Amino acid sequence: MTEERFQGTVNSDQHSVRMAQLLRESLPPIGDSNDPERDLWPAMLRRMDEQTMHRAASIPWFDWALAGGLVAFAAIAPRTIPVILYYL
Amino acid sequence: MQDDGSSVLDKFRQGDEDAFETLFRMHQRSVYGWVLRIVRDPGAAEDVTVEAFWRMHRAHARFDPARGFEPWARRIATHAALDWLRRQKPEDNIAPEMWNSVAAPTAGDAAVNAEIRNKTAQAFARLPAKLRVTATLAVVEERPQKEVAEALGITVAAVKLRVFRALRLLRKDLSEMGIKP
Repeated sequence: MTEERFQGTVNSDQHSVRMAQLLRESLPPIGDSNDPERDLWPAMLRRMDEQTMHRAASIPWFDWALAGGLVAFAAIAPRTIPVILYYL
Repeated sequence: MQDDGSSVLDKFRQGDEDAFETLFRMHQRSVYGWVLRIVRDPGAAEDVTVEAFWRMHRAHARFDPARGFEPWARRIATHAALDWLRRQKPEDNIAPEMWNSVAAPTAGDAAVNAEIRNKTAQAFARLPAKLRVTATLAVVEERPQKEVAEALGITVAAVKLRVFRALRLLRKDLSEMGIKP
């Protein structure tokens, strides 16, 4: 039966049929009756929370560049600080 | 019942978290079972299952309720498992005792020398991941070629070709180790 099933898959090549049989004997099939040992929903929630926190914590590079530019500008022209603060 | 089902699918597509949880609880066993067939490690299968559902959660807007959740979930899970396999070193995938702990025993076990089985498993672990996944599902797990093709997002002809290439490479590798299958 197994050999018949492989016929279509491996183009009836005898070497391939033997190789497929050897592969099945080396790696027994897992089958259908396997359930996770635990409910995976808590792990899913953790994953979603991690991603949400990561997204909140990661500040875009252009925000850093803008802040750096403002600091540099304030250092070069300190008299502009009140003007910048006024417009914030 | 079907109305309820399609309602959940529509809500999921719109980004409803409760609908996602409902679908997660409905499909986590089948997705885990499918992933386990590919990665053959229960711990890794749990991680990959969570990763696959995370990808589904992110891609909810691209989900088409008319096509059903199961095939879509299976395809995403297959690619998540494929990515996991690509990240593994071949030596990480060659612990036969790990496979035997989850695999069903086969009638031919006694007929094949343990050393040959180990070498075959080692050679198989060295194959490219996409060939390994295809051969695992089509040859080892004996899943229908159409199902394998849908899960991988390729044609049935491509499945046959990949299986043929996988077995040919495996035979060549074993021949170099002095094993004539």
